[in-house]
Amino acid sequence: MIKFFLMVNKQGQTRLSKYYEHVEINKRTLLETEVIKSCLSRSNEQCSFIEYKDFKLIYRQYAALFIVVGVNDTENEMAIYEFIHNFVEVLDEYFSRVGQGLNPTSGLYCMRQATELNPQLLPIYTCN
Amino acid sequence: MPAVSKGDGMRGLAVFISDIRNCKSKEAEIKRINKELANIRSKFKGDKALDGYSKKKYVCKLLFIFLLGHDIDFGHMEAVNLLSSNKYTEKQIGYLFISVLVNSNSELIRLINNAIKNDLASRNPTFMCLALHCIANVGSREMGEAFAADIPRILVAGDSMDSVKQSAALCLLRLYKASPDLVPMGEWTARVVHLLNDQHMGVVTAAVSLITCLCKKNPDDFKTCVSLAVSRLSRIVSSASTDLQDYTYYFVPAPWLSVKLLRLLQCYPPPEDAAVKGRLVECLETVLNKAQEPPKSKKVQHSNAKNAILFETISLIIHYDSEPNLLVRACNQLGQFLQHRETNLRYLALESMCTLASSEFSHEAVKTHIDTVINALKTERDVSVRQRAADLLYAMCDRSNAKQIVSEMLRYLETADYAIREEIVLKVAILAEKYAVDYSWYVDTILNLIRIAGDYVSEEVWYRVLQIVTNRDDVQGYAAKTVFEALQAPACHENMVKVGGYILGEFGNLIAGDPRSSPPVQFSLLHSKFHLCSVATRALLLSTYIKFINLFPETKATIQGVLRAGSQLRNADVELQQRAVEYLTLSSVASTDVLATVLEEMPPFPERESSILAKLKRKKGPGAGSALDDGRRDASSNDINGGVEPTPSTVSTPSPSADLLGLRAAPPPAAPPAPAGAGNLLVDVFSDGPTAQPSLGPTPEQAFLSELEPPAPESPMALLADPAPAADPGPEDIGPPIPEADELLNKFVCKNNGVLFENQLLQIGVKSEFRQNLGRMYLFYGNKTSVQFQNFSPTVVHPGDLQTQLAVQTKRVAAQVDGGAQVQQVLNIECLRDFLTPPLLSVRFRYGGAPQSLTLKLPVTINKFFQPTEMAAQDFFQRWKQLSLPLQEAQKIFKANHPMDAEVTKAKLLGFGSALLDNVDPNPENFVGAGIIQTKALQVGCLLRLEPNAQAQMYRLTLRTSKEPVSRHLCELLAQQF
Repeated sequence: MIKFFLMVNKQGQTRLSKYYEHVEINKRTLLETEVIKSCLSRSNEQCSFIEYKDFKLIYRQYAALFIVVGVNDTENEMAIYEFIHNFVEVLDEYFSRVGQGLNPTSGLYCMRQATELNPQLLPIYTCN
Repeated sequence: MPAVSKGDGMRGLAVFISDIRNCKSKEAEIKRINKELANIRSKFKGDKALDGYSKKKYVCKLLFIFLLGHDIDFGHMEAVNLLSSNKYTEKQIGYLFISVLVNSNSELIRLINNAIKNDLASRNPTFMCLALHCIANVGSREMGEAFAADIPRILVAGDSMDSVKQSAALCLLRLYKASPDLVPMGEWTARVVHLLNDQHMGVVTAAVSLITCLCKKNPDDFKTCVSLAVSRLSRIVSSASTDLQDYTYYFVPAPWLSVKLLRLLQCYPPPEDAAVKGRLVECLETVLNKAQEPPKSKKVQHSNAKNAILFETISLIIHYDSEPNLLVRACNQLGQFLQHRETNLRYLALESMCTLASSEFSHEAVKTHIDTVINALKTERDVSVRQRAADLLYAMCDRSNAKQIVSEMLRYLETADYAIREEIVLKVAILAEKYAVDYSWYVDTILNLIRIAGDYVSEEVWYRVLQIVTNRDDVQGYAAKTVFEALQAPACHENMVKVGGYILGEFGNLIAGDPRSSPPVQFSLLHSKFHLCSVATRALLLSTYIKFINLFPETKATIQGVLRAGSQLRNADVELQQRAVEYLTLSSVASTDVLATVLEEMPPFPERESSILAKLKRKKGPGAGSALDDGRRDASSNDINGGVEPTPSTVSTPSPSADLLGLRAAPPPAAPPAPAGAGNLLVDVFSDGPTAQPSLGPTPEQAFLSELEPPAPESPMALLADPAPAADPGPEDIGPPIPEADELLNKFVCKNNGVLFENQLLQIGVKSEFRQNLGRMYLFYGNKTSVQFQNFSPTVVHPGDLQTQLAVQTKRVAAQVDGGAQVQQVLNIECLRDFLTPPLLSVRFRYGGAPQSLTLKLPVTINKFFQPTEMAAQDFFQRWKQLSLPLQEAQKIFKANHPMDAEVTKAKLLGFGSALLDNVDPNPENFVGAGIIQTKALQVGCLLRLEPNAQAQMYRLTLRTSKEPVSRHLCELLAQQF
């Protein structure tokens, strides 16, 4: 099961986050900081799955943007890994280039579309 | 779906956003925002009614401002107004604002719910979807209460559009996850299963997610999904790469749906219907075949999607664990991945193979990859991949490759990452013990461990090597020689000093013949380390010294000199000082004979599950995949393991503290008056001697209780009295338990010691101690008369299935008990799995020629095997939530039978065995506890909550455990205590 979905830039700023399990707001910041820290410290030779506490992080990097998905141990890592790419392709299709800034309405559209393709992901909203 | 277009108006919004982006400073941004807020406020307050477009634009701006991190305290009403617009874009912005900004306690919630209700009933698919998305996004309990009943209807309605069905399924899933109790099960469940046949792949995908979640709770209700899932899967797998159009991803048909279907199938056992099963096996084979075909695309996306399906297929094969052919094929496929250039694939292959190794069908196939895995351990650049390789080596280890694997792991340990060293140490120690053929190899391995990673060698590991050396005559000499050599290294780890000190103290005599390791040399070698060591080690060394005085009288003068030195006798540490004083006195006062008795060689340790294994399991935590595998494998390889034990066949159950006696801070010789001998040493564990024991009378409170509660005649034991003798190998039948048996048993639920039974003739006292799944019980039978009891024979009987649940070993007692005398009987107890009824104790004897017999319930209840677990409030609630199936919970509301005193309640709960968690329950009056019931076969996590209501003199007790009968049983046991 997907626990959360994050888009974070290299400076560690969260560009988009969606939690599918309740996490308190103040704990989110801490979690996001730790998550991006562990992603940034990885090299290309390392695998895209990080064991983090009692769940797994699956991440992909697109230029300066990291997409990180937190899942529990019943999830198929490869499927999520490729799902991230699918998601990015959809964003690309809509906005021609996935930049850092998404305005709220465009966020909604792209999430709707992503949901169409993979309903596992309920609409994600931008929130900073 | 309306596309984003620049011409969609809202120029004002675009201008505002670009203004904000262009702001050079934070101050400028805030200024710009405040200006905009003032503008919007005046527009909203203005007399002129705003049209939908302007409302939408301003609400959008507010939303953007909110997302930038500013508080928004107005505009909600306008957003709610947008909900009733008939224009998609306006409605959509309204819902967006609501989902992000409106919280449940808002006064607007009624208006919002009304708008949602209208949209749900509108029959306009777009509006229905918007409403469903809003419910899912808010996902609050209130939303659930308002709509949970409507959504299943929309989901299965024949005229719902595909997109609506899809959204409804996901919305329901979300509500179910948030508050499962709100989603009513009903006839719609059967129709949901049929959505797997839907033409629209999006609907199928959403439905699979929903069913996978729902079927975990009610597997039977959704059983029919198996055949539907198989046929759907088969259609996808066999479709051509372009058949599914939009749902084909880089020439792979519906990869995510396939993965989900495969995962759904893992919720169930293999299909029983031969046709369904045949079709499924065909699917699985097709997936495996496709992996061997040349890829249809060179793109990495293609192979990733294909591999996602492949890995899920392999998990299903492992889950079924019944098709040897498929298991071996899966193993070969993973073997190819082990050498793939993609790190991700190597990681996943190692991970999957680890579970494959535990299947009897594929264990051998996994073993063939040993060289590749060892190579991975050496060359992988990613620590998590190396860790997986180490796990896999551990899982594939058996007698044939143990030496190779252990030596490779030892080599890896030298360079291993600090984070995983302790785990590797534990694993090496376990493998070395489990598969040791000759014990010199075992000793070498453990000493190497200490040399390489001394800091990470936990107590359990070095305790264990001492236990094994003590129990094996043939290795003692070798061990003494090896530690002696190891200690000669200029710098050796403190753990080495501990092991060395203990082994030389016990078995130093075996190498004393060699002039190079003569007693004075041994002593000075040990003593040269003394001053560098911590207090605990020094204490251990002092005990070694006194043992030396016994073993080697020629060292007596030197050692007494050391003990007498001011630095010992006046040591600031009380423990060291006491040992020095006592040992010095002992060595000068006691005769050689006495000394030899007191300092006799340690008796062999009773055997049981390796404490290291327990530690590894603890480290991984219950529920961790590989920990479970360990359990499974251990069960199957018990015979191999048995080789280690001095008495291999008996499932004997030692005193829980037996091993610690010799090894903890105070070794047995430290207690000067203690006569040697296993039995007595063990009794010393208890705070008071056995003689002090049976004097405990029933407390007034208990007497009160016994008057208050009538004996329970409907005891289930009455039923069991008949079948019991069949299970009992004993020669005679036993009678039903005495009527008070239940009540007597209840007294012992929260305590371990006391008087179990008393009449004019006989008093039976109990002392017991439990740890993990093991327990030892002492029964004291006191003859209260002045006449000898004859043919005295107490036996323990397992009624019904109990034999398979609880192993109780008894020692025979003398057949005669003199008048006024007391005999003691030792019971070793091992909990194999959860049990509900206690064993029976049948006591027969002849008193003055008349046969007497008595049947009691032995005070062994499942809660004795509780391990208290401390956890933070957050963890508690998370676990509480995880155990939310109705059968996992047992609740009882009952009247208080005793005065409601918080301290007494606390003591009872602790006596019951759970940990008491403070600061978890918001109400300080309530008690919250947690623990794990340890049985050999499984562990049962258990959470409890007791809510006293002083006014009503009532309690409410709620138990949640991972096993349904256990919840009920514990609840009943505990409820009788208050």
